[in-house]
Amino acid sequence: MSKRRLIPKLQLKTSSFDPQRMVLVITRQFDDVIEIGDAVSQAKIYQDQGADELIFVNIDRVDKSVQKLAKIIAKVSEEIFMPVTVGGGVTSEADFRLLLSNGADKISINTAAVSDPGLMARASDKFGAQCVVVGIDYKKEIDGTFRVYINNGRTRTDLDPVAWAVKCEGYGAGEILLTSIDNDGMKNGLNIDITRAVTSAVSIPVITSGGCGLANHFSEGYLKGQADAVSAGSFFAHRDQNFMQTRSQIKNSGVNIRVYN
Amino acid sequence: MIGIVDYGMGNLLSVFSAFEYLGADVMICKDPKQLAEADRIVIPGVGAFKDCIGRLHSENFVDTLNNEVLIKKKPVLGICLGMQVMAGRSFEGGEFKGLGWIDADVVKLHPAEAEQLKVPNIGWNEIDCVPGIPLFAGLPPRPDLYLVHSYYMKCNDPRDIVATYTYGHQVTAAVLKQNIFATQFHPEKSQDNGLQILQNFIKWTPECQKEG
Repeated sequence: MSKRRLIPKLQLKTSSFDPQRMVLVITRQFDDVIEIGDAVSQAKIYQDQGADELIFVNIDRVDKSVQKLAKIIAKVSEEIFMPVTVGGGVTSEADFRLLLSNGADKISINTAAVSDPGLMARASDKFGAQCVVVGIDYKKEIDGTFRVYINNGRTRTDLDPVAWAVKCEGYGAGEILLTSIDNDGMKNGLNIDITRAVTSAVSIPVITSGGCGLANHFSEGYLKGQADAVSAGSFFAHRDQNFMQTRSQIKNSGVNIRVYN
Repeated sequence: MIGIVDYGMGNLLSVFSAFEYLGADVMICKDPKQLAEADRIVIPGVGAFKDCIGRLHSENFVDTLNNEVLIKKKPVLGICLGMQVMAGRSFEGGEFKGLGWIDADVVKLHPAEAEQLKVPNIGWNEIDCVPGIPLFAGLPPRPDLYLVHSYYMKCNDPRDIVATYTYGHQVTAAVLKQNIFATQFHPEKSQDNGLQILQNFIKWTPECQKEG
């Protein structure tokens, strides 16, 4: 199989100082948003450190402009030569086309997949399943069950994350991007149980995220969770984490991952 | 000048940006006539074979491409679907005729079920390159390159194959025939290794051009 992938996630929101600009942010449990810098220059750092892919998501709760997002992606694609997934506010095939023509390789949809599941099929038919990524944000309820949340973690649905992932595959999704809201930014490790349940239930690639704080957490995602890829935001952005060192630690734990050459 | 064939499909911007990043003169050619000004041609492509060959015909690119590539022998690079369209025929969603530059069929990846390999194959794979090919100069042994595909080019003449990788079975990763070079992987998405291959393409003089 292809090598397992290590994917920095770059979360964006409109700058609180300049509404024309989108800035890079990190979050905890989808809250405590901290603005930390410029997405394009951070993406270049990740490229130099040999990240396998990049994910850009607009998490702004008010400004969902796909146009603005497309502008950033166009800038990114002038200097970044690796696969790029883009999401946040995508609701139509026209949004897919706009982002793809500005340099995105895959488009991630989340809320729109729940409100308009047919979009997965239509986009998959038009642009190929390989570029339809469905983001599934989930959270543990008081009764111990897990539920899918939409609208950046604000709206609870009745969907079970594992059953929903299976449905998405049926609709034509090409990849699943799982995020544990409870673990987001907490650096206590991934939710391995849900990751494993989803990877066993679908045959499309699964990216898991939310909670990486140590190299070992990534290894668990690949080896115990059987994820094709692990994504992290604050792990790489928030501190002086040496990407190459993390990568060799993961490799040494027995994961077939690219070592930068 | 490098001319990128724009037939209304695929991610042209990344290919364009990669050549520009390398300092090459590059233009996007929406009109077949523009290809006359190019001394090198790139055929990118993402999508389905049927649409790709259909649009090459409907946008009147086929005769011009045959002339520039087969008669004038300009160096050409096909990427992903732009490689597959050079085959004689494809079995993606039916049976369709391709450009016929390479004696090959485009068929679906068929790893054994027991291997639990996913189709499409998406991601980084170690590619085995034939040594001594100028287009692979400066690469590490078995370079990691990025692929996204469900179908591949099955060559009838093994001499055309210059790179392969294993995905349950042997898969053609690149072909080279005279002035025609094509890759299943995406050099424009493969970081330094990919940029190195594009750089090699910019400098490449095919043997058939040297003679003539």
